[in-house]
Amino acid sequence: MSLLHWAILSPFIFALFVPLFFKYLKNIHTGWFVLPLPILLFFYFISFIQETMHGETIKESVAWIRSLNISFTAHVDGLSLLFALLITGIGTLVILYSIFYLNKQKEQLGSFYLFLMLFMGAMLGVVLSDNIIVLYTFWELTSLSSFLLIGYWNNREKSRYGAQKSLLITVFGGLSMLGGFILLYLITGTFSIQEMMNQTNQILNHELFIPTMILILLGAFTKSAQFPFYIWLPDAMEAPTPISAYLHSATMVKAGLYLVARLSPIFAFSSTWFWIVSSVGIFTLLWGSINAVKQTDLKAILAFSTVSQLGMIMSLLGVGAASLHLESLSDGIYPVATTAAIFHLFNHATFKGSLFMVAGIVDHETGTRDIRRLGGLMTVMPITFTIAVIGSFSMAGLPPFNGFLSKEMFFTGMVELTHMDFSNVQTWGILFPIIAWIGSIFTFVYCMIFVFKTFTGPYKPDQLKKQAHEAPIGMLISPIILASFVVIVFFYPDLISHTILEPTVAAILPAQYIVEEIHIKPWHGFNIELFMTIGVVISGVLLYKLWPKWQAIYNIMPNKLTLNKGYDHALASLEKNSSNLTKLYMTGFIRDYLIYIFSFFILILGATMVIKDGFVFNTENITSIRLYEVILALVMVAGTITTVLSRSRLTAIIALSSVGYSLSLFFVLFRAPDLALTQLIIETVSVALFLLAFYHLPELTKHERKLHFRFVHILISFGVGIMVTLIAISANSQRVGQSISKYYEDFSYKLAGGKNMVNVILVDFRGFDTLFEITVLGIASLAIYSMIKLKVAKEGES
Amino acid sequence: MLQTIFIVSLGIIAISSLFLIYRLTKGPSIPDRAVALDAIGINLIGITAIISVVLKTKAFVDVILLIGILAFIGTVAIAKFLEKGEIIENDRNK
Repeated sequence: MSLLHWAILSPFIFALFVPLFFKYLKNIHTGWFVLPLPILLFFYFISFIQETMHGETIKESVAWIRSLNISFTAHVDGLSLLFALLITGIGTLVILYSIFYLNKQKEQLGSFYLFLMLFMGAMLGVVLSDNIIVLYTFWELTSLSSFLLIGYWNNREKSRYGAQKSLLITVFGGLSMLGGFILLYLITGTFSIQEMMNQTNQILNHELFIPTMILILLGAFTKSAQFPFYIWLPDAMEAPTPISAYLHSATMVKAGLYLVARLSPIFAFSSTWFWIVSSVGIFTLLWGSINAVKQTDLKAILAFSTVSQLGMIMSLLGVGAASLHLESLSDGIYPVATTAAIFHLFNHATFKGSLFMVAGIVDHETGTRDIRRLGGLMTVMPITFTIAVIGSFSMAGLPPFNGFLSKEMFFTGMVELTHMDFSNVQTWGILFPIIAWIGSIFTFVYCMIFVFKTFTGPYKPDQLKKQAHEAPIGMLISPIILASFVVIVFFYPDLISHTILEPTVAAILPAQYIVEEIHIKPWHGFNIELFMTIGVVISGVLLYKLWPKWQAIYNIMPNKLTLNKGYDHALASLEKNSSNLTKLYMTGFIRDYLIYIFSFFILILGATMVIKDGFVFNTENITSIRLYEVILALVMVAGTITTVLSRSRLTAIIALSSVGYSLSLFFVLFRAPDLALTQLIIETVSVALFLLAFYHLPELTKHERKLHFRFVHILISFGVGIMVTLIAISANSQRVGQSISKYYEDFSYKLAGGKNMVNVILVDFRGFDTLFEITVLGIASLAIYSMIKLKVAKEGES
Repeated sequence: MLQTIFIVSLGIIAISSLFLIYRLTKGPSIPDRAVALDAIGINLIGITAIISVVLKTKAFVDVILLIGILAFIGTVAIAKFLEKGEIIENDRNK
C-alpha cells in the first residue's frame, strides 16, 4: 500500500469515525471535523502537478485478488489528476458550505457526512483506478452513495422516488458497463486500461468490438445523464443542495465523461464511437437546454442545464475522437475539441458549483426556489446576486468569464468538424454546428431566466416563507471562491492550460499524438466563432424578451409523452405484468404444478430419447412368458382400472390393496420371499392407514363425487405411462456390462457367513443404506407423533 | 402328471380369484367386498403353496403363514371399522 492508496481509501476510513464525532461531540458541527480531510487530499494531489506537467505518470499497485490477477492499481496522469483535484477541491468547498447550510440540531449530520465521505472515496477510486474491475467497484459505490444522499430526507416521498430512480438507471448502466469490461478483458486478456492501449488494433478488429463499446457507453451515458437516460438527474434534485452542487454538477455526473475520455485512446479510432458519442452528446445538449427554459424551479433549471452542458462536453469528446482522422494532425495541430471538452469540464465544475450554491442560498434565505414567487432580490442579496451573474453569464458563454473561452472553443471544434473528410462527416456534419448554435441560444435564455427572474423585477415579500436577507458569510465563502475562479481563468487561462489541460489532453489522446502547447486566448480576431457568439447573444436577448409570447410552445407537447411518464409507465407496467404473469402460472393448485412437472417430464425425456435415438426394442434376452404371469398381470390391471374408475373412495382403497397383494404374489412367482413377506405386511398396514384417513374426512365435503374427466389429465397420465414403459423397454433392450450379483452369490456365505443373500446384502454388504432407511422410518414416526400430539392453536383460537 | 395337476389347480384358483375380483369391484355392499377380499387372501395362500411346490422350494412357507395372519387381521379390522366406525378405540384428547 502506497501513500496514494491510503489517499484513495482515507475517506472510507474517515467515514467510520464520522458517526462518533456526531454522537460524542454534539456541540460542534460535524462538518468541521470532516473539512480537513479533503483539504489535505487536495494539497496532496496538487503535489502531483509537477510530475504530470512533464508528462510523467505515477503508478502504484497492490495485489487484491491474486488468483484472478486483479490488483488495485492506482494510476495518476493528467486526466485523473484533473478529476482528483475537482473532487477534493470542490469537495472542500461543498463541505464548508454544508456546515452553514445544514442545521446541526435538526439534521442527521452523522449519516450525511458518512455518505459524503463514502462518495468522495468512491469517486477518487473511480478516477484513479487503472484496473477496470476496481474501477467498476468504485463506480457502483458512487451509485450507492449517491442513492443514499438523494434519499437523505427519507421521510419525503419525492426523495425516495428520486433516489430509487437514480439507482435503477445508474445501476442499469453500471451493470452493462461491467458486461463491456468483461468483454474487453476477453479481447485483451488484461484488466489494466494502460495495457489495453497497446492492443488498440486488436480491439478495433475484434468481432465483439461493437457490443463492447455500446455496453461501456451505456454505463457512461447513464451516469452522465445523456439522452434518454438524463431523467434521473432532475429528480435527484430532491437531495440537499450541497449534494446537488457536488454530485450532480461537479463530480459524479462527470464520471461518465471521465470514462469516455479515459477509454478514448482505445476506442477513438472507430467511426462508430465518434458517431454515437458526438450525436448523443449534441442531442442531449439541445434537449437539455430546451427543457431547462420551461422549468420554474431554480434547481430544476440547473439540473437540465447540467444535462445540457454534459451533452456538450460529451459531443466535444466525440468530435475530438474524429479529429484524430485529420490529416493535418500530424503537423502538430492539437485537436481543439478535446481541449475544449476538458476546459469546459473544468469550467462547468466551477460555475455550476457556485450556481447550485446560489440556488441553495436563495432557498435557505427565502424559503422557496420557485422563480414565479421570487424576484427583486438584487438589493436584498447583493453578494449572492453578483455570484449568480458571474456563474450564469459564464454558463451562457459571455466574456469576461471562463465559459466564454470554452464556448468559443466548442464552436471552433464543431466548425472544424465540417471540414473533415471522414466517415461521411461532410454530409451530416453540418448539422453539428447548427444544433450547437441553437442549443447555445437556449442556454443563453435559461441563464437569463435564472438571474433576472430571481433577482430583478418586483420584490414579493408576501409570497416568501421567510423574511429574505443576505446569507451568512460562511455560506458565501465557497461560491465566492468558485466565482473568483470563473473570472480568474478568463484573464489568466494559461494558469491552468499548462498545468492541467496539457497533461489531460495528452492522457486522452492516443500516445502517438504529441500535444503541442495549448494557448487559450480570449481574442481570436473576427472569426466565425465570434459571430456565432454574437448571434447567440442577439437571438437569446430577443427570445428572453419575448418569452411570455412563445412560452405556449411548450404546451404543444403533451405531458404524457415525456420520458419521465414513459419511465413511470414502464416501471408500473413492468411490475403489473410480471405480477400478472406470476399469477397466471402460480395458481396455488397442486394439480396445476403437477401438470407442469409431468409435462416437462414427458417433453424433456421424450426429446432427449428422440434426439439421442434412444428408443430400442430388442427381444433377444427375454425369457418366455408363463400363463400364470399373464393371469396375475390381468388381475393387477383389473385392480388398477377399478381404482382409477371407482366412484366411492372405499372401493378405490380396496381395489388398490388388491393390486398390492397381487404384487406380492408376483414376488412369489419371481422367487423373492423376503420381498413378498414385507410387501404383504406393508400393504395391510397401508390399507389400514388409508381407511383411517378415509374415516376422518370432514362431513361437509364427504359427499362422494364422480371423478371429473379431464382430457389434459388423461393425456398427461397416458404420456407418463407410455414414456416410462418405453424407457424401461429401451433400457432393458440395450443392457451393457455384467451384473454384480455373481459376486454376492459367490461370497455371501464365504465372507459374511449368511445363506440368505438378500439379508446379507441388506445388513452386511450394503448396510449403510439400511441404516439410513431405518433413520427415515424413525423420522417419519417421530413426525407423525409430533403432528398428532403438538396442536398449535389455529388463528383466531386462543 | 403331477405337474399338470398343479397347473390345472392353479388355473382353477386363478379363475376363482377373477370371480372374486368381480365381486370386489361390483359390490354391491361393502361387506360383500370385504368377504371377497378375505377369500382372495385365502386363494393367495393356495396359489403360493402350489407355486412353491412347482418351484421346489421351502422359502415361501413364511409367506403362507403371513397371508393367513394378515387376511384374518385385515378382515377383522374392516369388520370392526364397518361396525363401529373405528378400528382402535382411543380418545386422542386423553
